[in-house]
Amino acid sequence: MNSLTVENLTKTYGKGKEKVLAVDDVSFEVKCGEIFGLIGPDGAGKTSIFRMLTTLLLPDSGSATIENFDMVKNYAEIRKILGYMPGKFSLYQDLTIEENLYFFASIFNTTVAENYDLIKEIYVQIEPFKDRRAGKLSGGMKQKLALCCALIHQPKVLFLDEPTTGVDPVSRKEFWEMLKRLKSRGITIVVATPYMDEAALCDRIALMQNGKILSIETPENISRDFPYLIFEIKAGRTSRVLQALENFKHKKNVYAYGEFVHLITDKNENVRPENVKEYLQNEGFENIEIKLVQASIEDSFIYLLSN
Amino acid sequence: MNTEFQNIAIKAENLTKTFGNFTAVDHISFEVKKGEIFGFLGANGAGKTTAIQLLCGLSIPSSGSATIAGFDVYRETEKIKKNIGYMCQKFSLYGNLTVWENLNFFGGIYGISRGNLKTKGAELLEKIGLEHEKNKLVSELPLGWKQKLAFSVAVFHEPQIVFLDEPTGGVDPVTRRQFWKMIYEASDRGITVFVTTHYMDEAEYCERVSIMLDGKIAALDTPSNLKKDFNAENMDDVFYEIARGAKRMDN
Repeated sequence: MNSLTVENLTKTYGKGKEKVLAVDDVSFEVKCGEIFGLIGPDGAGKTSIFRMLTTLLLPDSGSATIENFDMVKNYAEIRKILGYMPGKFSLYQDLTIEENLYFFASIFNTTVAENYDLIKEIYVQIEPFKDRRAGKLSGGMKQKLALCCALIHQPKVLFLDEPTTGVDPVSRKEFWEMLKRLKSRGITIVVATPYMDEAALCDRIALMQNGKILSIETPENISRDFPYLIFEIKAGRTSRVLQALENFKHKKNVYAYGEFVHLITDKNENVRPENVKEYLQNEGFENIEIKLVQASIEDSFIYLLSN
Repeated sequence: MNTEFQNIAIKAENLTKTFGNFTAVDHISFEVKKGEIFGFLGANGAGKTTAIQLLCGLSIPSSGSATIAGFDVYRETEKIKKNIGYMCQKFSLYGNLTVWENLNFFGGIYGISRGNLKTKGAELLEKIGLEHEKNKLVSELPLGWKQKLAFSVAVFHEPQIVFLDEPTGGVDPVTRRQFWKMIYEASDRGITVFVTTHYMDEAEYCERVSIMLDGKIAALDTPSNLKKDFNAENMDDVFYEIARGAKRMDN
């Protein structure tokens, strides 16, 4: 069963020459209890989609239903069943942690006690600071409070707009563990992130660029569908290896990948690791390590962006 | 001046900053060589931002010593500011000035002459492919372009050291790589690069990295030595291994 159905959603800003197409004919579906990722850089249109689906912005055209409610006609119903954590911290800075939580509970005609079970695991981490004003909290604590406030009315669907941008790798991992637990309680989660490694943690992802969806797939299938060969190479200083491989005859693309360099070649060219090794040896490189690897989400994204 | 001194861009010894009872930066000592790309990593709240403020002459240390481009962090903060460039993710350029106005403004602040500004500015825009966007407001540019422009502005006056505080957060993987190419070019020209990032693949692009934990430097070495020491497959695992030992929550 689908929790979300989005059809041909389009949104433009500005007029005439200044017109910007922020969301370009976007369609997708999210199943109940799924973690669905919108993956793309800043400016891809992720936030505009979130604001339309959370009934805060009207589309130019297209439609969407959330739990069978129409995004435009039934906006009041939708607001009762969705939780939204915007990219920008939007709680009351002058209220304390506890006051914010009680405030949001009362807005939704419920109480903290009634829903405590759902937020408990997250809330206990910030509870020692419950009398501190939200404006005085660190990034990580604000993020946890915002998630508690978004969950306090037991939403069916949770929208998280870049909840981990600017957050360190360890806190990011913890945050994703929390999401997995919420999923196990049957909450549908739509999450936006610019981090490609987080994409692998979603059930399905939509890769986005310039208002368009480039691909919707499971992370496994995105890797599997990568149409080229990837050689992972280590042979000394990255910038030198990159330079040398720029002139490799069968190169489709070459780029740095952490400590490695990724060389992309066409499958039909039948390039083998030995060929690349020989080439690099002739270019004067030593201690060359080469192996064929599976595409990561980042490889796939780079491929889609360069098409 | 001895030669060793000339080869050091940043030297910090027991640098400390306290706020009341809280020690944000706790006796950190390290050196960064001229032209080196130095990664300054750490969890949120580890004390990175405070340390950078000390190194840029924006905040006076509580104790310890440091020289930046040969200038003292207590007495020569104005000289430090003239000899460094700085960019951060959140704010580096004025959104409601055009590309050209930003270049002129920052160039002027750093004392570049009018004539020079014109020729050098045009060259720079051509190089980063923004010559047609010259009269556009910076706020209208996509983030990736903004960050490339901000970096170019930060090194426009050919500073000895450039400080980059999370320059690539939220930037797409292709633009991130173009950005790092610019970093390498600056480093090849002799500019020392001091950079923070939450992308662990970018830690691999640094010659050496330090990892801060609870105000202290918990590890400092080349990425390959760190991976060896921690018996880790990648920098992500090294970071995780170190940060797990964090005692204090981010402030």
